[in-house]
Amino acid sequence: MTDGALFAIGAMVVMTLIAKTMGFYILGHVPLTARVRRGLEALPGGVILATVVPITLETGWDGVAGIAVAAGLMAVTRKDWIAVGAGLAVVAGLRAVL
Amino acid sequence: MGGFWLGFRRAFIVTPGIVVFGAGFGAAAAVKGLTFLDAFLFQSLVLAGASQYVALELWTDPLTWTTAFAMGAVVFTVNLRMMLLGAAMRPWIGNLPAYKAYPALAVMTDPAWIIGIRYYREGGRDWGVYLGACIFMYLLWIVSVIPGYFASAAVDDPERFALDLVMPIFFITMLVPLWRGRMDAAPWIAAVLIALLTKSFVPGYWFVLVGGIAAAVTAALLYREGEEAVT
Repeated sequence: MTDGALFAIGAMVVMTLIAKTMGFYILGHVPLTARVRRGLEALPGGVILATVVPITLETGWDGVAGIAVAAGLMAVTRKDWIAVGAGLAVVAGLRAVL
Repeated sequence: MGGFWLGFRRAFIVTPGIVVFGAGFGAAAAVKGLTFLDAFLFQSLVLAGASQYVALELWTDPLTWTTAFAMGAVVFTVNLRMMLLGAAMRPWIGNLPAYKAYPALAVMTDPAWIIGIRYYREGGRDWGVYLGACIFMYLLWIVSVIPGYFASAAVDDPERFALDLVMPIFFITMLVPLWRGRMDAAPWIAAVLIALLTKSFVPGYWFVLVGGIAAAVTAALLYREGEEAVT
């Protein structure tokens, strides 16, 4: 463990903590009007889609198929174990065949 | 805090994804020449999945101050999207004293956050559920780096078992119950389009941050006075 390594880890810890707490801190200084709340409510869905769609499209059609199956099964069964398991099985199956 | 164990249990489902992701970091760190102590401190203190992998690419031995600063900067840009996750926690844990709220944010990871948000959307208000999910992820994360570091061959071919897609598939699964009806359509479409557009023009992980903001701004703009907030 060198000084440089220790300093690098320290710098990364600080920057990560700022990133994780910054939004929460800022929202503490903004009045939570109904309009602001409506925006905050849209964040979870928005962040998930903005993460998953570009990454999956890059992975290929096997990924798209797995995600479609998982979403469809979740909509029908509402059981996350079934949806995630089936989605992974579809991807693994496609990769074994193709 | 009775919800702690509920959140802990609800997080079980992402175990394979976290183990592979965490062990993968251990293996990559071993290849890069980090000592085990370096790798373990990195994993347990930085606690920010994707950004760790990116920063690890910059690691050199010996490590100069310039490189250390660069690693901090890279980690910040990759993790900047997490400000949105923290902002979304405001209505839920905003009334907690700072000495509880900020440590709770420090252990936040994306899957734990989603598990917490889903519970909140279903009407739950016990923030122990969120914390339990975070703690489970954290324990798994710091344990998984150990076998990864010492037996990197064990995580040789995660693609074959689709383990590289555990997280995207889990996230999409958790998205389904978040759908509340037509009011979500425009923000969600905005998130997808703006994220794809950003990704094609801007390198790095900015597309997540920009796409998430697009959803929030769209929803806020479409809000009409007098409508009741849902949560």
